[in-house]
Amino acid sequence: MRTLRTLPALFKVGFVSALAYRAEFLVWMLTSTLPLIMLPLWHAVAEQAPLAGFSQGRFTAYFFTGFIVRQLVGNWASWTINYEVRSGALSQRLLRPIHPIWFYATESLASIPLRSAFAFPAAVIALLVTDTSNLAHDARLWAMVPVAIFGAWAIGFFAHVAIGALSLWMHQSIKVVEIWSAGFFVFSGYLVPIAVFPRWLQSSPHWMPFEYMHGFPIDLITGALSVEQATRSLGAQWCWVGILGLVTVALWDRGLRRYGAFGG
Amino acid sequence: MRLERHLAVLRANLRLSFLLAMQYRWEFLLDGAMSLLWTAAAIVPLYLVFEERPRIAGWTYGEALLVMGWFTLLDGLLKGAINPSLVTVIEQIRTGTLDFVLLKPADAQFLVSTARFKPWRLLALGASIAIFVYAFSLLGTGPTWGGVAQALAMLAAGIVVLYSVWILVISVAFRAVRIDNLRYLFEAVFEAGRWPSTVFKGVLSFVFTFVIPLALMTTYPAEALLGTLPWERFAAAWAGALVFAAVARGVWLRSIGSYTSASS
Repeated sequence: MRTLRTLPALFKVGFVSALAYRAEFLVWMLTSTLPLIMLPLWHAVAEQAPLAGFSQGRFTAYFFTGFIVRQLVGNWASWTINYEVRSGALSQRLLRPIHPIWFYATESLASIPLRSAFAFPAAVIALLVTDTSNLAHDARLWAMVPVAIFGAWAIGFFAHVAIGALSLWMHQSIKVVEIWSAGFFVFSGYLVPIAVFPRWLQSSPHWMPFEYMHGFPIDLITGALSVEQATRSLGAQWCWVGILGLVTVALWDRGLRRYGAFGG
Repeated sequence: MRLERHLAVLRANLRLSFLLAMQYRWEFLLDGAMSLLWTAAAIVPLYLVFEERPRIAGWTYGEALLVMGWFTLLDGLLKGAINPSLVTVIEQIRTGTLDFVLLKPADAQFLVSTARFKPWRLLALGASIAIFVYAFSLLGTGPTWGGVAQALAMLAAGIVVLYSVWILVISVAFRAVRIDNLRYLFEAVFEAGRWPSTVFKGVLSFVFTFVIPLALMTTYPAEALLGTLPWERFAAAWAGALVFAAVARGVWLRSIGSYTSASS
């Protein structure tokens, strides 16, 4: 109850601090332009004929949507946690009567308004250069979009906090983040749309969390899924949210018992 | 005399970096494993793309792999020899300890650019050689000695440009202290160097040839290995690299001249 009452204040703090470092923030956002760098390659590939149903226009829609989704759901909590564990700043958070996960969650969520503001031009460009035939047309699909994006954020967030919690054992868990990111790059549809994967590799991403962080919301927005398929994927996505959420909370509570504060 | 002293400094710095790296052997192993994983992850999209098309933007799979090989090599150099030093200097600008560097009786640009190395990143050299061997075995030919010489000379020009871009980034850091994540931005843009430059059309093609000459760093050396890089383009590229270096040095001298230290 007390946690709920403090949330608005935490959001405000997060929003203001994102605003204070807006230049830095913009540079951070621009670092995730890899989808847009991939686009020319795919354009060259689809120059003569569509590839696995992807025409040039469809590739454009895919990677622009990917860029926007990434802007909205990106996470960096594990870096913050690693830093706070090493510097001892975590101790101060622990003194407060709210579970530290709430701090990290509000910090990440509170930056979304600013991220949306920066991602908005990309959305406008995307709409101008592609036609709406590459977007979903069913209102039921669009109703699922916010839920899917929130689910995508939650998977990434819990994974980051769980990896951050590992630093309570390992001294530093940045390398684990890198392994997670490598998995993300290959299996989420970030660089290669999963539909373009060779047949033997096509079903394995469905069993990993990565696709639900990136490829699934894109497919939903670009109308690549039927309502039935989308519902199934949404279910799978939230299963991952649940699993990772449980793992994260368990890791934190065990790790904190080992935590013996550095510095002051 | 001056040169000798600078060489002694370089030797001492290298030794220190090696000793530091030896201290964290686990990090070394993980770093090595990670860089192999990243290289493999980077080849996957290329492999998938060429599964579908024998030739993209005028390049076959084997030829495009050569570009990837040079990219891997430069990426290793960037993260092993250039990046660590520059991270150090940006930190020094922020904390004010750069003053101690400036007091030392050697060229400041030399000192800051040799401050720190991550020797393990240079394992990328091995990875890139593996890629070259694989690529040439696919092509069914080998490079000529002339081609190798031209490619290495081209690579040297690429390193000059890469280094100059970095010096420019630091010069920006002198003015805007909180812009330390610019390096991530450059790393993100640098990713585009993994594709043959003919993939990019229009504005991007211009940018990646003249503004941020990625073409010069990865595509030209690959063409040199294939024996298709005309000498006049080679000469023009070297001239461009020298201009780049001169501009960077000039901007550096100006920035360091107007630097007023963070501590005072």
